[in-house]
Amino acid sequence: MMQLIWNGLIVGSFYSLVALGYSMVYGIIKLLNFAHGDIYMLGAFVGFLVLSSFGGIPAAMSIPALLVILLLAMVVTGLIGVAIERVAYRPLRSSPRLAVLITAIGVSFTLEYGIRQLFGPNPRAFPVRLSSESFDVLGMRVSLSQLVLVVVAAVLMFVLAHIVERTREGRAMRAIALDPQAAHLMGVNVNRVIATVFFIGSALAGAAGVMAGAYYGSIDFLMGFVIGLKAFTAAVIGGIGNLYGAMLGGLLLGLLESFGAAWLGGEWRDVFSFAILIVILTFKPTGLLGARVVERM
Amino acid sequence: MAPQLDLALKHAPLRAPAPLFERGKPASGPRSQPGFMKLLGALAFAFLLALPFIDASAYTISIATSALIYVMLCMGLNVVVGYAGLLDLGYIAFFAVGAYVSGILTTVLDWPMWAAVPATILACVLAGIIIGGPTLRLRSDYLAIVTLGFGEIIRITANNLDVTGGPSGIHGIPTWSFGDWSFRDGLDLFGLHFSGTVLFYYFVAIVVATVGIVGVGRLARGRMGRAWKAVRDDEDAAEAMGINTYFTKISAYIIGAVWAGLAGQLMATHLTAISPNSFHFLYSALILMAVVLGGMGSTPGVIIGGLFVSLAPELLREFAEWRYLIFGVLLVVVMIFRPAGLWPATAVLPWLRRHKPQAWPATAPLESLGGDDRAEVGPAAGARPAPADPRAQDPADDGEVRR
Repeated sequence: MMQLIWNGLIVGSFYSLVALGYSMVYGIIKLLNFAHGDIYMLGAFVGFLVLSSFGGIPAAMSIPALLVILLLAMVVTGLIGVAIERVAYRPLRSSPRLAVLITAIGVSFTLEYGIRQLFGPNPRAFPVRLSSESFDVLGMRVSLSQLVLVVVAAVLMFVLAHIVERTREGRAMRAIALDPQAAHLMGVNVNRVIATVFFIGSALAGAAGVMAGAYYGSIDFLMGFVIGLKAFTAAVIGGIGNLYGAMLGGLLLGLLESFGAAWLGGEWRDVFSFAILIVILTFKPTGLLGARVVERM
Repeated sequence: MAPQLDLALKHAPLRAPAPLFERGKPASGPRSQPGFMKLLGALAFAFLLALPFIDASAYTISIATSALIYVMLCMGLNVVVGYAGLLDLGYIAFFAVGAYVSGILTTVLDWPMWAAVPATILACVLAGIIIGGPTLRLRSDYLAIVTLGFGEIIRITANNLDVTGGPSGIHGIPTWSFGDWSFRDGLDLFGLHFSGTVLFYYFVAIVVATVGIVGVGRLARGRMGRAWKAVRDDEDAAEAMGINTYFTKISAYIIGAVWAGLAGQLMATHLTAISPNSFHFLYSALILMAVVLGGMGSTPGVIIGGLFVSLAPELLREFAEWRYLIFGVLLVVVMIFRPAGLWPATAVLPWLRRHKPQAWPATAPLESLGGDDRAEVGPAAGARPAPADPRAQDPADDGEVRR
């Protein structure tokens, strides 16, 4: 029981990190960034590349090394996110929404199959194994590395909340989310702020990718597809466009899935979470913390 | 000014001004737009019928049959994405529903294939209502991701259940039979022997051409089709015009679902075996690419797109490896530079394009109004600046699709 909760929290913190990027981008330019899950995959592959170029890493050093690689991967995926926004989404900002959605799918395919051409279709083993020393807390088996992953995720979310709530950039983001034109008139550099949002969102997804790679131990080019869907579910549960909603939704989805998988069997896990998505959209489409959903004109 | 205007209007006989220049007679016959499209369609259909006489090898007939089924799928998705403007990313799920329902009914319950048609249609309508019902009330991009989730649900469910045969799927799906005679028996006609596969190919060709292409085209031009396009172009305006937008969207969704289900049934017969792997998200995306590349809402464009997507991996073997990467890049490039697709829905045949008239002919002042009054009756004909004739613009180059 407690073990289920702990596992749910770990998976949920990955979902939260990815969902944050989804939710931020959606909040600011009302775009469902389908490629977001693939940024997560890219993060895992960046970590893979860096680690394999270093060669083996002793188990004692694995956690500090992982943190360094985490930062590196965050910068790289953040820059990739900015590049994607610049090349694929900015030319279409005033286009009909269908066109932008289709472009996002195109970007997602390009990333997935570009990685497939580079690294091959088979899963790769992530070259760092986390030490499995563990201790019992309240009847849960908690390993040190799991604890580190959860703490890192929490720190990242805390930093993000600080940026959005307390800094000048964050205020600009909130202004654009409310009304991009008015924000532009008030002297906010809209393009730069949107690029920043893409950087932050992609960096978070990249971090989640590295962490998931280390946690599961294997990565492949399609790993971002399902988690993109799950993160969207998490963002909808919490209320899309709302940061705390995304965090809450991610953790909640992780827990629900953990219990659902224990109850129905692991092969029904994905069906269970997508069914939750459909049920929530039917009965409470605004999510737990979201505002009323209005069709943007 | 106002009393003078009133006076002038009271004494002026009101009549429409003469046209500034003669409008050309619309072209008719095979040179006109509808005539040319009909001719092209007839030629394409004749080619379809002649194909087995040109090359009747099993391979050719097999890929031609699949390509036609793909065209059927694309025409169904064209209703959803092209006409109604709803992005459906789990379209292959309805294909799977059709294939599995007909597969189970014909193998487990031993129904003949034709009897499974109503059951397939019913199952697809139900699936369309279940998935479209809650989400079509919401923003359109929610629909995209929910359909994506739904596609995964159907595939995983088919993978996990026993009745669908689990990961290995259903084998030995029979072909269409009518009483004692089935396509497998072949047919001798005018001293020619038609084998089962060729007969099935003809059957698919006729179904796709009549139901898939002509049927969808007629639906799109009817009352419901006009409502789809109105909702696509501006939902609020359509609602203000008295269109029930929810019903319109769900009707497009259900019709798309039924078309996919029928295509699934044809595919189940064609392949005789189905498995969950044939219904991966990739295929949904592939069909979407066909529709987008060809031109959303454009029948000839979508047919070309469907043929391209299904035949390109067969014709270009090296291409098969790279196709998803290329398709991904193509989607982005097409959306940025040519969002209306290869053959846009608004395309005008080159010889029908109107050219800009040299100059507006000078207009004589209206005699019944006095010269002084005329200057005051607003911007009079003579003072009108010569605007660019909107018809002079080439609609095909008008890159923006209005959604």
